[in-house]
Amino acid sequence: MGSFELNGRTYQTDEDGYLVNIEEWSKEVGEYLAKQEELEMTEAHWEVINFLREYYEEYKIAPMIKILVKAIAKKFGSEKGNTKYLYDLYPEGPAKQACKIAGLPKPTGCV
Amino acid sequence: MSKKKESKTPLLDDLEDGPWPSFITDLKNLAKKKPAVGQLLGQLEQSYEERWDHWLGTVINTPGYGGGIIARYSDIGNKFPDIAQFHTIRVIEPAGWVYSTDALRQLCDISEKYSAGILQFHGMTGDILMLGSNNEKTLEAAEELMEKGWDIGGSGNGLRTLSCCIGPAYCEMACFDTIKTTKFLTDTFISQLHRPEFPYKFKFKLSGCPNDCANSIQRSDMPIIGTWRDEIQVNQEEVKKFIDEKGEEYVVDNVITRCPTKCITLKNKKIEIDDKNCVKCMHCINVMHKALAPGKDRGVTILLGGKRTLKIGDTMSSVIVPFMKLETDEDYEKLIDLVRRIWEFWTEHGMDHERVGEFIDRVGLGTFLDGIGLEPDPQMVRHPRTNPYIKFEELAPPKIDGEPKVAPNVVDKEIEGREIVVDMQK
Ligand code: SF4
Ligand code: SF4
Repeated sequence: MGSFELNGRTYQTDEDGYLVNIEEWSKEVGEYLAKQEELEMTEAHWEVINFLREYYEEYKIAPMIKILVKAIAKKFGSEKGNTKYLYDLYPEGPAKQACKIAGLPKPTGCV
Repeated sequence: MSKKKESKTPLLDDLEDGPWPSFITDLKNLAKKKPAVGQLLGQLEQSYEERWDHWLGTVINTPGYGGGIIARYSDIGNKFPDIAQFHTIRVIEPAGWVYSTDALRQLCDISEKYSAGILQFHGMTGDILMLGSNNEKTLEAAEELMEKGWDIGGSGNGLRTLSCCIGPAYCEMACFDTIKTTKFLTDTFISQLHRPEFPYKFKFKLSGCPNDCANSIQRSDMPIIGTWRDEIQVNQEEVKKFIDEKGEEYVVDNVITRCPTKCITLKNKKIEIDDKNCVKCMHCINVMHKALAPGKDRGVTILLGGKRTLKIGDTMSSVIVPFMKLETDEDYEKLIDLVRRIWEFWTEHGMDHERVGEFIDRVGLGTFLDGIGLEPDPQMVRHPRTNPYIKFEELAPPKIDGEPKVAPNVVDKEIEGREIVVDMQK
């Protein structure tokens, strides 16, 4: 368990820095978490985050990678609809880094 | 049972009994050098006591990779701090599992330097597992592995490392170049090995002949198995020698009567095979390997759908391409094209955690073949129908006025451009 402070508010995180309460998320929190990951957030980065959040709102789970890839392809054109593009944005993987910045629960690794 | 005084691990000690080698003994020895391994044993003992597994999963990736590291941490890490993080690195193994001693030393050194010094040759998937490193050391190890020319990958919901039998490098039965094909597919699909992008795992295994030393039928989604389509080569000279040496009775008892389709006859110390009825079980060739050999017109059979238990029980793969040549560049292109079409269709319509075999089970082979654009073939039939009551839509009596005709397929395909439409109504 951990926590961080931002603009006078305390946020609970788990031991890997994932937000415990997704309701508490705001763009500032996203920016803070991105800084922890040492990521320079661009428009393209935020598109991924926004999609993840919208999807989570609706289905209460993180999307399968193929759904994310397709959504990106739809928005930015098919040449960006591949995992390589997502890993260029989030080098340690969209599941790990993008989910963290979007305030989604920690994905569990599968063998 | 061993009667060591006040052992801290009585349950584990049990596993050292008997004449066979014990991993407990090995780990105990290793623990003298690596304290983490001692704690590993401690946690395992506790797990045995409580019948509870204390590992939890998480995600750790090296930059640009979504696979290759299986991250585990202990939920009793306060008691066993050295194994609080105990990750495994999946190193892509060389085709055919052949190593120089230098390469093995390299792996051992890296494993000792960054991990618990435990290597597994090989995991169920066929890859090399390097066990027991913490967050930082895992990334350092991955970096050093890559500097030395190794690569990692093949974990999570994506393509797993390919494995194959030794094939033509060492085995006279091989009907195609398993090692070349494995290398080729690995290189072609390296992006999928690094970054998972499927509904669930997908495994290739390649065996040079139907002996299937790579266990491909049981253990992979897409086995590629060497075969031939002409006649078994018979060297009658050697047949005669074999009979002279072993006796006719031996040949009758061990070869002729054990052919599953009874298609071999023996006359005047000569063997005749009715090749049309040979099911290529390899038995006769294995027993009389000097006298008999696979035919000359060789290629591969491609199967699909094998897996261990999860949603449904264990399944074996069944035939999807009865025979294809795998020699020229065009042949290899054709193989890649088929793989891509299968992935496309399964990724598009498969559910989360649904292996391709389960997917075919759900939508039906007809729908699946439609979706990937393959013509059905009698050889794809897994076994004959056991229920004689079949209803053909076309032959069914006319429906009551106004009742819509329900199409049995869930998926329709437009021929041009391979557009796929799914009808979600059951
Ligand atoms: S599967 Fe066939 S070719 Fe491969 S090693 Fe076994 S016997 Fe040899
Ligand atoms: S390979 Fe098997 S089926 Fe074919 S002839 Fe030999 S024993 Fe019979």
